[in-house]
Amino acid sequence: MPKVTIPVGPQHPALKEPINFMVSVDGETIVDADMNLAYSHRGIEKLAESKTYLQNIYLVERICGICSHTHTTCFVQGVEELMGIEVPERGLYIRTLVAELERIHSHLLWTGVAGHEIGFDTLFMYTWRDRELALDLLEMITGNRVNYGINTIGGVRRNIKAGMKDQILKHIGKLEERVQYYTDMATTESTVLLRAEGVGHLPENEARKFCAVGPTARASNIPTDVRKEDPYAAYEELDFELITSDSCDILGRLIVRMQEMVESCKMARQLIENLPSGPIRAPMSREVPAGEVVSRYEAPRGECLYYVKSNGTFYPERLKVRASTYANWPAVVYSLKGYYIADIPLIIAAIDPCMSCTSRVAILDTKDGNERKVLDMDYLRTYGIKWYKEHGRGVRRR
Amino acid sequence: MSEIVNILLAVLYLLVFPGFLFLFFYGLFCEYFDRKLYARMQNRVGPPLFQPFADFVKLLAKEDIIPEKADKGMFSIVPLFAFAGVLTAILYIPIWRTDAVLSFEGDLVVVLFLLTIPSFALFFAGWHSTNLFSQIGAVRTVTQLFGYEIPFFFACLAPALIMGTWSISGILSQTVIRPEVLILLILAFIIAVISLQAKLERVPFDAPEAETEIAGGSLVEYTGRRLAIFRLMFNIKMVICAALITALFLGGPVLFPAVPGPEFIGYLLGFVVFLLKTLFVVFLLTMMRTVFARVRIDQLLKFCYGWLIPLSIVQFLLLILVRSMGWFA
Repeated sequence: MPKVTIPVGPQHPALKEPINFMVSVDGETIVDADMNLAYSHRGIEKLAESKTYLQNIYLVERICGICSHTHTTCFVQGVEELMGIEVPERGLYIRTLVAELERIHSHLLWTGVAGHEIGFDTLFMYTWRDRELALDLLEMITGNRVNYGINTIGGVRRNIKAGMKDQILKHIGKLEERVQYYTDMATTESTVLLRAEGVGHLPENEARKFCAVGPTARASNIPTDVRKEDPYAAYEELDFELITSDSCDILGRLIVRMQEMVESCKMARQLIENLPSGPIRAPMSREVPAGEVVSRYEAPRGECLYYVKSNGTFYPERLKVRASTYANWPAVVYSLKGYYIADIPLIIAAIDPCMSCTSRVAILDTKDGNERKVLDMDYLRTYGIKWYKEHGRGVRRR
Repeated sequence: MSEIVNILLAVLYLLVFPGFLFLFFYGLFCEYFDRKLYARMQNRVGPPLFQPFADFVKLLAKEDIIPEKADKGMFSIVPLFAFAGVLTAILYIPIWRTDAVLSFEGDLVVVLFLLTIPSFALFFAGWHSTNLFSQIGAVRTVTQLFGYEIPFFFACLAPALIMGTWSISGILSQTVIRPEVLILLILAFIIAVISLQAKLERVPFDAPEAETEIAGGSLVEYTGRRLAIFRLMFNIKMVICAALITALFLGGPVLFPAVPGPEFIGYLLGFVVFLLKTLFVVFLLTMMRTVFARVRIDQLLKFCYGWLIPLSIVQFLLLILVRSMGWFA
């Protein structure tokens, strides 16, 4: 076949959310790739400016459906710093526990999706079944499966009751066992190795150049982790290892995530066993003193950044969100080149992309003569009437 | 009078048993069996018994769209062409006794040829849809064809070599006389099942229709009843390939040793044995689908040329040695 450009997305079975890759292929080999973001801009940053800080916790929670705890923690940490609140130990421990359980469920979810992308649906079904263990724990602790709603400014909203501890430890034990099984399977199954080994190569210097974060960077042998570099919540008191891999390929990213789940289980055990007593939150006022702050958090996908600017009122003046996926996109475009069409879904999936989370701004290109204008309601109304007069009302309905 | 009976019998064979009607229901049942097993092995509930039939009927009722730029003639005729091809093949495969409905010296080659038609139909379907994804799928279908077809032919011709006949019914009657020969064909059986998985384009060899890569490949533009016919054709192809492997390597409908009693009981029993053995082959195919990830098209070709073809040549050399020594004369 001659050199052609394949559009992968915005609608494509390999993508769970809209994004567009224009991939130029020569036969089956990728020679060039380009990317278009921002198909699902939701205007959250603007909306945040018209809500109080407390309301904003629930707004930013809805940025991502998988790492919702990431966004709330990152946000409240920043606000707490602005207000100078000291969060009680127990609150921090519960916050960290939920964060680590979220990491386990997110990584298991990713393993399943990666399996599905390479046609290994059995792995998908198994990991998603075992992910329920983590979700059950989260539901027990927070009352919710997806948007936990446990964070509040100054601590957490729900306490861990005495009877929960045994149940949590039991589930964690099961999870550890299953994670070990998947690690063994992923590193020995011949077809998985065929598809993952040496694919999507991202050398260390390129990863640094593109500012990759999270497991993507760690699989390229860059020891970066906010939990170690700039410990927040209860991470300073926890004993865990920073996992890296020097294979720089998709297999490395797989192994890094697997090992991280083992570490997360270890951390969850420590958190439960050393849970301090005391209050779970500190009192707060509704007003936040003027100032600005940058908050960092290690999401399952990598470093998440929040910038909060306060002008001394009930409402933030500016809220800026940089979700971790956003930092990894350039690395994807780089690692696509030189591989096969068949590798596209897996290479895209390997950074664990979360498209809607990254969509912070919509840019209109006005350079090539496309005039930019605001359409008001009257214009749209007359346009609609005109359109239907020309085309008739015979739009087929089913 | 006897002429009319013959014609009626031929129509019966073609349309009812073992032709269209039987294949229709058995094909749908095999799809159910495959899907249910697949689901159970994945810790899911799986579809109910009538799900494949319901899917088929629902597809028939769906809107039928031909892309504007597609070649309309080819687009419509190709599914029927493939369907007719696989339906014809069943007449040469023994189902309830050692003889098939039709048989002549060399019908094995005819069946192998008829079973190749669907792959070319898929190529034409994909190519004439004029969709980027379907054209990539079409090219992959043909690329894959060159990989699996050689070991599949080699494996299927191995029994012909040792039995000294090119007719499936002939091979089966020879098997009844000397069942111990089947032990020599174990390697060919394994090669045949693996290359059959590639022929049916199922995981791990489903690169031509890889949903997550090229959105379904050749059939991406097909909808409604044409898609229904294609899907039915795939099911029937699976049944017929399983039946062919059963006849060549597993002794077909023959149960060892032969049961005494009236003839029709033997036929009925033979039919049941045939069903069980084909389901066993389908089970093997489902197992493969469950435990592997999809390989890339270049990896598939490497596997076929690096492993399957050398192994089938080893099998051939073994059989030639056995024959020349006169052990199974």
